Amino acid sequence: MKALEIKGLTKTYDNGHQALKGVDLTVEQGDFFALLGPNGAGKSTAIGIISSLVNASEGSIRVHGLDLETRRNQCKLLIGLVPQEINFNTFESPLHILVTQAGYYGISRKVAIERSEKYLKLLELWDKRHGSSREMSGGMKRRLMIARALVHQPKLLILDEPTAGVDIEIRRSMWKFLQEINSSGTTIILTTHYLEEAETLCRNVAIIDHGTIVEQGAVNDLLSRSMTQSFVLDLKQSPASPPQLNGFRVVSCSGRRLEVEMSVGDNMNTLFSQLAAQDIEVISLRNKTNRLEEFFLRLVGRQASPDENKTDGASA
Amino acid sequence: MQSITAVNIVAFKTMVVKEVRRFMRIWVQTIVPPAVSALLYMTIFGTLIGSRVGEMDGHRYIDFIVPGIIMMAVITNSYGNSVSSFFGAMFQKHLEELLVAPVHNAVILAGFVVGGVCRGMLVGSLVAVVSLFFTRLHVENPLITIAVVILTSTLFSIGGVINSVFAKGFDDISIIPNFVLTPLTYLGGIFYSIHLLPDFWRGLSYFNPVLYMINGFRYGILGRSDISIGWSFLVIVVFIVILAAIALRLLNKGVGIKT
Ligand SMILES: Nc1ncnc2c1ncn2[C@@H]1O[C@H](COP(=O)(O)OP(=O)(O)O)[C@@H](O)[C@H]1O
Ligand SMILES: [Mg+2]
Repeated sequence: MKALEIKGLTKTYDNGHQALKGVDLTVEQGDFFALLGPNGAGKSTAIGIISSLVNASEGSIRVHGLDLETRRNQCKLLIGLVPQEINFNTFESPLHILVTQAGYYGISRKVAIERSEKYLKLLELWDKRHGSSREMSGGMKRRLMIARALVHQPKLLILDEPTAGVDIEIRRSMWKFLQEINSSGTTIILTTHYLEEAETLCRNVAIIDHGTIVEQGAVNDLLSRSMTQSFVLDLKQSPASPPQLNGFRVVSCSGRRLEVEMSVGDNMNTLFSQLAAQDIEVISLRNKTNRLEEFFLRLVGRQASPDENKTDGASA
Repeated sequence: MQSITAVNIVAFKTMVVKEVRRFMRIWVQTIVPPAVSALLYMTIFGTLIGSRVGEMDGHRYIDFIVPGIIMMAVITNSYGNSVSSFFGAMFQKHLEELLVAPVHNAVILAGFVVGGVCRGMLVGSLVAVVSLFFTRLHVENPLITIAVVILTSTLFSIGGVINSVFAKGFDDISIIPNFVLTPLTYLGGIFYSIHLLPDFWRGLSYFNPVLYMINGFRYGILGRSDISIGWSFLVIVVFIVILAAIALRLLNKGVGIKT
């Protein structure tokens, strides 16, 4: 069964801005799905509509086969939301925040307290349970919102940029946590503009830009469709002049650092033998950019160019 | 599948607990000030000035104004509670905690309203206790007295929710209390019997809904008032029905809370 099925979703805000222009999206149950896109692409708008915080203009949404419009409350029971911005009452303690949220989902007080303990402990907030949530760090606040979203044990967990502005160590521990939640059977959808996050965590991804899905599929497939990749080579000595390479593009050559772009499937040995023929010794090599990122930038960069925007606007 | 009705019953209880905890946590701002101002009113108007006023409608002046002063506290506090709680939830965005949950809008409204009623009742009781320093406070009809307090605080709590929905900033939540509520309350016969007014002003007073609440309450306590008790209940209930319908419609349309 599909955890989420979106068809023809559009959203025009009151000021006339069209944030979503006909989005179709399908997420299978158990998936770890990334909705990837630059700022302003429409990610939060889409999440807002799925979680009943924003009214859609057109389109239909099904959650576990239930129509959101006609079975809204049943759908809400299935969804847990971690919004992009802090939205809990900062005058309340973490424990109160969780117990109250559980109550809103019909969980009796006794069970709510047990659940709150479980998730506050899992997210390493148990020590802070009676403290002021106002005084917590950004990472803790984010974790508190994750705990709050899980307290009714939703089948579909939606996180809107959960790791934005969170330092790398905490980000990695959050990733680990989300992977565990996912492997225990919860479908996860997260929005992000960190490519690394999507690549590390997710099986499937949709790339959204200017309110339109520009690409959708398995992360691995998208990667294999990413046509070029760049490598940075550290050389033993700086060459007198940039090497002449056949079939590879020299992006830059300065000092002992050489950057080469090649197509996916090109033979590395060919590169090395050409370099060897020019008396250039390579000490080490690393992949310069994340391939998904290159792919993403090509898709989105093209779409975001000013010329494209004009034609876009004219045809809309 | 979980029954949505069962969910909503728990959700409602949760909201009430949360609302009561909210105003109890900040009791210095919510509970104490109305008791202090009631004390001042009773001292100044009841005792100092009242001794020169003599009788009003056949009662000692202090006995006449105590029901009005209690009612004023009930009105301002029930209204103030739902305005600050609802607007605070909108402003801090934690209203979203309710909006994403499977809670009916009617239950959301009821949760905030019951919070306001609890505060109105608590403060009203406290003011009643304060009044014992000034008068014997014999309650003629306890049931009517309680019913009027509950209905009146319900009405004003709903009003507070409606005010919040339209408010864009903190300024907007003080306009109605200052420019509508306070005048209507003062002109609703707290300090005087409308029989003292010239015909024109007395006629106009009948359009003031607060008059019916204060007089209903005064009837409960003193057993006598300017307005018949039937009219009082009718007016209050009609206003509740109208305002509740408006509030529910606003919530359903998501005015001010959904984009
Ligand atoms: N309440 C709103 N009113 C008008 N425009 C909005 C509103 N919220 C978002 N937008 C606009 O809609 C577009 C998409 O926003 P959003 O969904 O927040 O993007 P993302 O989450 O991908 O950064 C942006 O251009 C944004 O400025
Ligand atoms: Mg966003």
